Amino acid sequence: METIVFALLNGVIYGLLLFMLSSGLTLIFSMMGVLNFAHASFYMLGAYFAYTIMGATSFWLALFIAPILVGLVGAVVERYGLRKVHANGHVAELLFTFGLAYLIEEIVKIVYGKTAVDYKIPSLLDFPAFTIYGASFPAYRMFMLFIAIGMLVGLWFLLKKTRAGLIIQAALTHPHMVGHLGHNVPLIFMTVFGIGCALAGLAGVIAGNIFVTDPAMAVLMGPIVFVVVVVGGIGSLEGAFLASILIGLLQNFAVGISASFADIFWFTGLSPTSEIGDITVSSLAPVLPFLLLVLMLIFRPRGLMGEQEL
Amino acid sequence: MTQPMLEVKDLNAFYGKSHVLRGVNMEIMPGEVIALLGRNGVGRSTTAKAIMGEVAPKGEIIFKGKPIAGLESHKISRLGLGYVPESRDIFPTMTVRQNLVLGIKDMKNPGKYTVDDMLDMFPNLRNRADNAAGVLSGGEKQMLTMCRTLMGDPELIIIDEPTEGLAPKIVQQIGDTIAEIAKTGVSILLVEQKLSIALRIANRVYVMGHGEIVYGGTPADFATRDDVRKEWLEV
Repeated sequence: METIVFALLNGVIYGLLLFMLSSGLTLIFSMMGVLNFAHASFYMLGAYFAYTIMGATSFWLALFIAPILVGLVGAVVERYGLRKVHANGHVAELLFTFGLAYLIEEIVKIVYGKTAVDYKIPSLLDFPAFTIYGASFPAYRMFMLFIAIGMLVGLWFLLKKTRAGLIIQAALTHPHMVGHLGHNVPLIFMTVFGIGCALAGLAGVIAGNIFVTDPAMAVLMGPIVFVVVVVGGIGSLEGAFLASILIGLLQNFAVGISASFADIFWFTGLSPTSEIGDITVSSLAPVLPFLLLVLMLIFRPRGLMGEQEL
Repeated sequence: MTQPMLEVKDLNAFYGKSHVLRGVNMEIMPGEVIALLGRNGVGRSTTAKAIMGEVAPKGEIIFKGKPIAGLESHKISRLGLGYVPESRDIFPTMTVRQNLVLGIKDMKNPGKYTVDDMLDMFPNLRNRADNAAGVLSGGEKQMLTMCRTLMGDPELIIIDEPTEGLAPKIVQQIGDTIAEIAKTGVSILLVEQKLSIALRIANRVYVMGHGEIVYGGTPADFATRDDVRKEWLEV
């Protein structure tokens, strides 16, 4: 029972964390028309900025300042980089984001070193929130859950209930018309890029201390976020949310299943000591999102809720 | 002497290597309704797009005495130039009301019309105010896109092919609506193919051919110019 409860909680938390990254990525895709390969690098920057700010002040200040700083870096990248590259077409944009991802990674290595930094959970949240059947659930993970839900509600309110949100949504699909109505579309795009990067930065702030903050964290997270966006349907926020939760739950439930292929396919006579029979479901957890991606591209190329096929 | 609302001098525009506009010259006086006529592909819509900053213009475009050629679309719009594109470009997933709200340029200084004014003027839209704009009929979409532009309080509206693809009864209604808008003192540049509606509403007529203006005159004069009609308009 505790396995199911913990897998459910961890799955939802990881799913919401993925949504923090994928929501920005999918909004930016709607705007640019290409995937931003540097998106997970902003997640990494969030973690490193938080580590630095926490060292000088406190985690709580880092929680607010680091995402804003990441958002500002994102806005500068859009204003002085992507906007100029955009004139040369999608291939140039794609290559630009590729280059940017490597650039950020190398800069992080130069500034912080190649090994992980000691970015810790704040002591105020370093205790068990509750215990089920003798197993305790960390309070910090509950804190992640609340932050992620707060982000979700905030983003929904911004996009659906404010005029600024309506303008953003309209600009993503009809940028020329929105400009003709007197709204500054380049400024809107810079803001969207900045908000998307800030959300990725926030994910880095709250996840960097529970996972690992090192220069490889962007490379590890990046592919999963792309999977989420494609599975959800490129450009669809609702799809990104569904796919995030689905992948979060899928991975966390898989990790908790220790059965091997030999146990599952016992009727075939598969030996538990053979190479195939020895494979456990938990060891397949990292593969599942990519399996889902491949199947989705074959059977439903527009993703769960996307409007356009890849 | 009254200053023209809009002056276009030697306007050229290109799509890649295609030279689409070849020195367009026109002017619109305050309160005037101008019909821009011509066959498909002669550059009427490109003229509208070049004025509105959607296609890169070469030449002079002066609005209320200020050069606007090459300005970003939102800056042109904020000077008082409204644009109703041929594609209508309503925001389909948003409600009629939300579409209208997006026509307001600045909530701190809204224009003379409110959303309710628009819904009063067009009862069909009031009945659908909280429906997604994507489900409206072609005529309703056209009404909505014109109302949305009016919400921005423009002094000149460029309306591109408003009756394209609409039933004759709806065409009549659209014509009446444009005439009503003109009565409020707003200048209108109407890009149109249907002569009947253009001649009913317009104070002056321009005819385009091969990317330039080939005729300019009053509807009364135009009615006498069979040569212009035969050479530049009839298919």
